[in-house]
Amino acid sequence: MDIISSALHDAFSPFALSFVLAAIGLNVHFGYTGLLNFGQAAFCAVGAYAMGVSVASFDLPLIVGIFFGLVASALLALVLGVPTLRLRADYLAIATIAAAEIARLVFSTSFKEYFNARDGVSGFTRGFRDINPLPDFNGQFLTFSRNDWWVMTVGWVLVALTCIFLWLLMRSPWGRVLRSIREDEEAVRSLGKNVYSYKMQALVLGGVIGAFGGFIGGLGLASVQPDSFNTDFTFIAFTMLILGGAARILGPVVGAVLFWGVLSGVGSTLARLSSGDNPIIPPDLMGSDQVSNVRFMLAGLALMLLMIYRPQGIFGDRKEIALDAR
Amino acid sequence: MPADATPNPTPTPEAGPTTGPTTGPTTGTTTGHAAAAAALAQVPSEPGAAKPDPIVIADNVKRSFGGLTAVDVEHVEIQRGVITALIGPNGAGKTTFFNLLTGFDQPDSGDWSFNGTSLRKKASHKVARLGMVRTFQLTKVLSKLTVLENMRLGATGQRGESFWAAPLKFLWGGQEDENTVRARELLARFKLDGKEKDFAGSLSGGQRKLLEMARALMVRPELVMLDEPMAGVNPALKQSLLGHVKSLREDGMTVLFVEHDMDMVRDISDWVIVMAQGKVIAEGTPDSIMADERVIDAYLGAHHDVDITEMEREIEQEHLEYGDPMGDSAHQPREEEK
Ligand SMILES: Nc1ncnc2c1ncn2[C@@H]1O[C@H](COP(=O)(O)OP(=O)(O)OP(=O)(O)O)[C@@H](O)[C@H]1O
Ligand SMILES: [Mg+2]
Repeated sequence: MDIISSALHDAFSPFALSFVLAAIGLNVHFGYTGLLNFGQAAFCAVGAYAMGVSVASFDLPLIVGIFFGLVASALLALVLGVPTLRLRADYLAIATIAAAEIARLVFSTSFKEYFNARDGVSGFTRGFRDINPLPDFNGQFLTFSRNDWWVMTVGWVLVALTCIFLWLLMRSPWGRVLRSIREDEEAVRSLGKNVYSYKMQALVLGGVIGAFGGFIGGLGLASVQPDSFNTDFTFIAFTMLILGGAARILGPVVGAVLFWGVLSGVGSTLARLSSGDNPIIPPDLMGSDQVSNVRFMLAGLALMLLMIYRPQGIFGDRKEIALDAR
Repeated sequence: MPADATPNPTPTPEAGPTTGPTTGPTTGTTTGHAAAAAALAQVPSEPGAAKPDPIVIADNVKRSFGGLTAVDVEHVEIQRGVITALIGPNGAGKTTFFNLLTGFDQPDSGDWSFNGTSLRKKASHKVARLGMVRTFQLTKVLSKLTVLENMRLGATGQRGESFWAAPLKFLWGGQEDENTVRARELLARFKLDGKEKDFAGSLSGGQRKLLEMARALMVRPELVMLDEPMAGVNPALKQSLLGHVKSLREDGMTVLFVEHDMDMVRDISDWVIVMAQGKVIAEGTPDSIMADERVIDAYLGAHHDVDITEMEREIEQEHLEYGDPMGDSAHQPREEEK
């Protein structure tokens, strides 16, 4: 029972929420527009740091910090997009990987009086927690602290609003242009659409949504640390997106929840099986200290099986994938 | 004008949905096309001939790939309001010339203008917005969009294509409905109306050609440039499409197309431009071109106006008459077939 409850706990936790939003942003980039952004971590990090530093170091109100975070992530999108979006898709991929690493290194080594190296920024959550109207959550088998419960409420409302907004956007002619760009840029150009401008809009939009992921993650952990934004961050977000189904509004949401839920469930199951005096899994095969690595191996295996048997993800449309074979 | 007297296969609402009046800019008492075509009669049949009312003028357009000069056009003008065919052997540079004119490729040198506006260094989407829209030899349909969505994408000036208006459907819904009506009319013309809800990727090769052509018309171009529009389209549909292309001309549109099917060229074009090895080697009315020595040498082949089985029969006949056992000296390859 507690395996399920801890899985559920992790699946909806503030930590998972930051991935949900990052994956939604990637869905705009990759799922709808076909932009290969391998540096979503940078957008989240830049947003989170801009918010954290504004509040912690400059005593600005949280809302101003959030505003700066959004501006910073939009600027990052412009800086990355201007030189690369006219070029082939791979240039953006390379630039974004590099940007994510540069951002992480800058945050962990430079401007220590603001970024505090690997300790990260903290002490910016007061304004957020002060307006928390909720009590601790003690459900049937799930419990959340008051703070977590508040971050989750805000976060999931934000996810819902983002999804509604994206749904409205993607069913519009604007969304149609994005989906067409993913298919064939030249065809879109030949019909008089400014492909470069649309790609830029998509990059900014997805980056800004990623920044919201950074905010929620930061507020949930009450700190912003450089190492949470390593390259794994982006690739896990990609995994979630593909698991749920790219170019589907709810794809990244379901993918992220499922990913954390299953990962956490498998982790605690393995831990149970490999611990105790007489473990079911022999210690020679896997010790209890190896659980956290083994569960990622299993996640990789599951992803491979998924790609083989259901390449369109959970929500994807089989017919669309079949078209690629033609 | 006997060529125009041919009855239009679908005489219905052609004039209705299209923007302009049925008469082109060079209107006299007759239709725009008749006047424009009559004016062409005065133009000498020589490469680079000046036209009375050119919509496109290109000068010294050069493009080379490594050592190969793919396009080297000294001077060429496209007459407004008529159908011009661009022909030439495989690799002559026709598609490359299309790419250059529409901004999909950059020339080494040269300048060209559309309606008096220089298009040198103009981005391809701006060229399309000016009213010069092209299709691709290798079709570019958007496979994962439905046929109808492909069509709607073609419409210009869509309010819903701006980010801020997009979430608010009441701002663009009406316009979308109008575009849908027009898209359906065009699809019906191109015999794709039953396919509306299918993914474009599920269409056959010929159907993709048709969809691409119909989609280009959604832009309401002034000049439509078709790269081998009839390749892979079945004969019956070809006939009715010829009628449609002619009706575009009646609506005042200018058509420039690349085609290897000489029957089609002869049937619908008012003027023919011949390219070979990147250069314009001949220009003229279809009849004068078909008779031109250089064109026959470079492109058509000696037997171009003979049906292929008939040709083989003739050759056989020759063998019988002269008792030549091999006799393949008389067999010229037909370059006009792809
Ligand atoms: N991107 C490219 N790189 C190198 N060479 C090219 C490129 N595009 C075209 N060429 C060369 O330029 C020449 C002209 O090609 P083009 O496609 O314009 O011919 P075409 O007249 O359209 O022929 P077809 O009737 O077969 O379509 C060819 O010799 C081709 O090999
Ligand atoms: Mg070609």
